[in-house]
Amino acid sequence: MRVNRIALAGNPNTGKSTLFNTLTGLKQHTGNWPGKTVVHAEGSFEHKGEQYVLVDLPGTYSLFSNSADEEVARDHIVFDQPDATIVVLDATSLERNLNLALQVLEMTNNVIICINLIDEAEKKGIRIDERRLARELGVPVVKISARNKKGINRLLDTLSQLVHGQIVTTPYRMKYSKEIEEAITKIESKLEGYFDEKYPSRWIALRLLDGDEELILKLQNHKNNKQHEVRTNGVPVSVKS
Amino acid sequence: MESQSVLNHNSLKAILAEVNEVSNEDIRDEIVSDIYTKSKSLCKKVVSQQPAMYRSDKLDEIFTSRIWGFPIMLILLGTVFYITIAGANVPSDMLANLFGYLEGKLTFLFEAMHAPEWLHGVLVLGLFRGTGWVISVMLPPMAIFFPMFALLENYGYLPRVAFNMDRLFKRAGGHGKQSLTMAMGFGCNAAAIMSTRIIESPRERMLAILTNNFVPCNGRWPTLILLASLFMVTGFSGAAGTFVTAAILIGFVMLGVVVTLSVSWVLSKTALKGVPTHYTLELPPFRRPKFWNTILRASLDKAWYVLKRAVVVAAPASILTWVLANIYVGDTSILMHFINFLDPFGQALGMDGFIMAAFILGLPANEIVIPILIMAYLSQGAMLEIEDLSKLKQVFIDQGWTWLTALNMMLFSLLHFPCGTTLVNIYKETKSPKWTFMSFLIPTVIAIGVTWLTATVARAFGWV
Repeated sequence: MRVNRIALAGNPNTGKSTLFNTLTGLKQHTGNWPGKTVVHAEGSFEHKGEQYVLVDLPGTYSLFSNSADEEVARDHIVFDQPDATIVVLDATSLERNLNLALQVLEMTNNVIICINLIDEAEKKGIRIDERRLARELGVPVVKISARNKKGINRLLDTLSQLVHGQIVTTPYRMKYSKEIEEAITKIESKLEGYFDEKYPSRWIALRLLDGDEELILKLQNHKNNKQHEVRTNGVPVSVKS
Repeated sequence: MESQSVLNHNSLKAILAEVNEVSNEDIRDEIVSDIYTKSKSLCKKVVSQQPAMYRSDKLDEIFTSRIWGFPIMLILLGTVFYITIAGANVPSDMLANLFGYLEGKLTFLFEAMHAPEWLHGVLVLGLFRGTGWVISVMLPPMAIFFPMFALLENYGYLPRVAFNMDRLFKRAGGHGKQSLTMAMGFGCNAAAIMSTRIIESPRERMLAILTNNFVPCNGRWPTLILLASLFMVTGFSGAAGTFVTAAILIGFVMLGVVVTLSVSWVLSKTALKGVPTHYTLELPPFRRPKFWNTILRASLDKAWYVLKRAVVVAAPASILTWVLANIYVGDTSILMHFINFLDPFGQALGMDGFIMAAFILGLPANEIVIPILIMAYLSQGAMLEIEDLSKLKQVFIDQGWTWLTALNMMLFSLLHFPCGTTLVNIYKETKSPKWTFMSFLIPTVIAIGVTWLTATVARAFGWV
């Protein structure tokens, strides 16, 4: 039987781990502070007779791979290519959270935007038009409250439809300045046929322009790249990815 | 295969050259600013009514204010200690009583079955008595301390602590996030080492790793709380005594923070030179946690976990200690040979050979230092039935303890080498034997230096 691999991405402190625990019944420690999850945790659950494996990625504000936890999250989405990525956003600070969502949408098509802490936002008088947001971003948007188990079923149904191709996404891709766009087009054409098609070439081009040369090495040998080492200023820092 | 990879390599170079041509240095800023602009315009379309100021912001004006930030921190910490110490005494005595009673029954049972003397020795006087002490001494404070700490954590107070400390860490040459990983160290240093992954710069991450050990973890809180309440408050009783004990514990926490900052500062001026990087510390909103859920989870999960670790290691350790104390080479037991060997060194540091042996044997887990010490003392012929905590103090005093012994043991516990698990994690994270060894060496040297200094000064002035 097919097992669907689902990744959970999101800013720190958006209730990702709470959602993870709600879905998997696992008791990963949750905490109200950034940096709680630095390695990803895995758990499984069943929905409508189908198996899902859920991967809780480290909470990060961006995916530029500034730090080890950002790299863990980014590598999982790009290299392991989960069947769907759920981006958990904090309804009470949507603007900041959307930055990460926009970055994930550059990397993969199978995205669900999950707006968590919706009851807390409503208490504060924040209203979010999720249909409009779904239209703008081209992917499903579901409002939930993981803590009070609201909207979980809708999230799971949407997830099921997405992995079965019943929902076709047209993810919004960031548009940059004319200059950057021209550079991206140029590099992207050079990269053609160079890497496996399953990797997002536009995104790779953008990362290269941003000086992420290590990415290209990773792409080449990511199969035997379970462990890699970064050395800066004579201080080695190694990360399991 | 080979030509393929050479080809790849060459065309890769060509692409990178191309990239360099069309890229520019400010591209990251442009990318980030474009993304931010897009997020903003999206929010304008889909979010209605953005309230001006949340309750969280108002609370933060107080909790992170320059005037009130630190006093509130100390008061909260002090309250947690006060409740822990005041609340733990009675249940500790009750548990001690219970184990004393059960031990009598067990001895009776062994006699009735005509069990050999050594079996009674190993199982009852070694295993049962040893673990009995561990449970009576450690369980009550942990069952009170951890839930309260978890409540503070889940309300979202810890990031405020980090915020308050941020300026200090910057000045010491560290990363502001080091205050977060330090806060995590109060729970468990081994876990905190993993959490240093949130620090981007390898230099600052190494600072955080090397200094994390200077805040007391789960395994060392019981040692500090026990010794502080037994020895540090002679002349006070009741609520005043508890209050002073809490104040002393705060003093130790502050000392740990001062050492953390000083070592960071020295390292960032010498072996790990550099300027701290900028970052934004986000303060998550205050959230009311599920109160009973948090309390239950913390007391069951955390206290149980630490206790289990203590007992799982303490049970074999108590048997081993009993055996070592009862096998003689010449006219001295093996344990005493080891202790006698360490004794001059321990004495120079204001402690004794037993304490040194306990710290060395306690390398696998800090939780078992006190249990090993108690067992080693108990194996000294002077058998002590578990009755109440004042008996425990008597054991220490019979071994020649003074307030200096207790103080220096607390200092050593606070400052000494990280536990085995933490060292393993440091190696895993740094992949460097050199830095792992440094993370062992720096605290050890500081612990020895500080205890030697206090012992020498106290003796020179004739205070002991």
